[in-house]
Amino acid sequence: MSDDIYREIILDHYRNPRNKGKLENADVTVHDSNPLCGDEIDIHLKVDGGVISDVKFEGKGCAISQASASMLTELVMGKDLKIVKDLKKEEILENIGLTNLGPARIKCALLSLKVLKVGMVKYYSENDPQSADQISSESSLY
Amino acid sequence: MQRSIVNSYELRNDFPIFRKKINGKDLVYLDNASTTQKPYTVIDSITDFYSNYNSNIHRAVYQLAEEATNMYEQSREKIANFINARPEEIIFTRNTTESINLIAHSWARLNLKKDDGVAITEIEHHSNIVPWQILSQEIGTRLEYVGIDENGFLDLEHMFELISSKKIKLVSLSHMSNVLGTIVPIERIIRIAHANGIPVIVDGAQSVPHMPVNVKNMDCDFLVFSAHKMLGPTGVGVLYAKKEYLDKMKPFLSGGDMIKEVFKFHTNYNEVPYKFEAGTPNIADVVGFGAAIEYLEKIGMENIRKHEIYLTDYALESMLSLKYVTIYGPRDPKDRGGVISFNIADIHPHDLATIMNDHGIAIRSGHHCAQVLMQRLDVPATSRASFYIYNTKEEIDKFVNAIKEAGRIFKI
Repeated sequence: MSDDIYREIILDHYRNPRNKGKLENADVTVHDSNPLCGDEIDIHLKVDGGVISDVKFEGKGCAISQASASMLTELVMGKDLKIVKDLKKEEILENIGLTNLGPARIKCALLSLKVLKVGMVKYYSENDPQSADQISSESSLY
Repeated sequence: MQRSIVNSYELRNDFPIFRKKINGKDLVYLDNASTTQKPYTVIDSITDFYSNYNSNIHRAVYQLAEEATNMYEQSREKIANFINARPEEIIFTRNTTESINLIAHSWARLNLKKDDGVAITEIEHHSNIVPWQILSQEIGTRLEYVGIDENGFLDLEHMFELISSKKIKLVSLSHMSNVLGTIVPIERIIRIAHANGIPVIVDGAQSVPHMPVNVKNMDCDFLVFSAHKMLGPTGVGVLYAKKEYLDKMKPFLSGGDMIKEVFKFHTNYNEVPYKFEAGTPNIADVVGFGAAIEYLEKIGMENIRKHEIYLTDYALESMLSLKYVTIYGPRDPKDRGGVISFNIADIHPHDLATIMNDHGIAIRSGHHCAQVLMQRLDVPATSRASFYIYNTKEEIDKFVNAIKEAGRIFKI
């Protein structure tokens, strides 16, 4: 029920999003939206030596999509870019504490993950085309 | 506040869906602008058709086919009477969207030319925007928008200025906004358009189900609406057009049933309205629509309108007592249908709809197929509650309590 969804931490990330804004000199910027809701997410990535040295997001939409994006940036900041390919939707839903969403709202929660994965593939195809294909095929899209 | 004449508590027994529980609660269905629930009489008429009359219409000479044809044509008569038209002026389509596409394809495309203006308004549903954009791309017509003021009323001055500018050759507009509920002064607009020789298409998807609509009094050239928004089945729409237009219009879809005689290289088309109903139509659902019309007529459209004014008045008053609620559209229920679009502080409509669902309440959230209007209101989305004959005062109380609950959960 809604009390379990809209917990303090979700409201906090919705109203005080972390890593929100533009990233100057981003190596990759990816945008996507959820046509059902109109939720929108942009993710900017800065990558140094294969590590996500900075990540920011911009977006508008429901509390679930925005809080989820905010928490995802915290999760991957400073991590090896390659780990993005192994991120599973179950992990993300668990990380944000939303394991009981209906099919319509799950899309809100996973929009930022989808954008991040596309961003990772885009980074490799632009900067490391040789490994891009392999990473792309290994990456679990959700 | 005046009382309603419609006994919605009793009416609810006619609708099987209200036996359903959502999250253990009674279903409070407030998404009627999107589609309405169906009474037993409609559901049973469809079962009855398939059980006792099923056959194809207009061709075979055996008894079953004659009975089916009669039932289909009787529905056409019921619908014609319902809006005070003649049966041959009623074309069955799939929905309002298809009806507008039919007009754009079979009339506008052939009667308008480059630089002719088509006037629509900022409150239109996408179904009354996109066909005109495509027409512009195809033949170079110019799309003009009439704006709205801060209360959701049409900018009539701009409308009349456009109409008398000689640039506009067609006006197509919604009789009632599916977002703001605004009822436009349609008779006046049509009168002035006709004085300037301009035909008018009325999108009645929201008005025909909720208030008396009389095409002779209104004098519109075209009226379009959908069965499923007025207790009928999905998959049936109506295009009403004055016979003088239908006689001159070219077919929309072509093939079976719309022909009189087919030769190797040419065809003589069937007469109106069959010319516009190619292929086997949605017979059973048209019959079901007839049952819906009978049900509505038994209650009376004046009474339905009064009931919705009563509910809307009560809902607006309750909602406006909450400081954090923003309501879009006219304040006086006499100026609007039973459609209320609103936002609550910084709660996104989808989050609100999720909270409402906990309480068994179905409301709509999003852009309501009216993104041009959302841009005008400068909001990404709104929540929307819309009422019909089976909604009660107690349901509005539950709805308003759920808004308060959302306020508590979001710590507003």
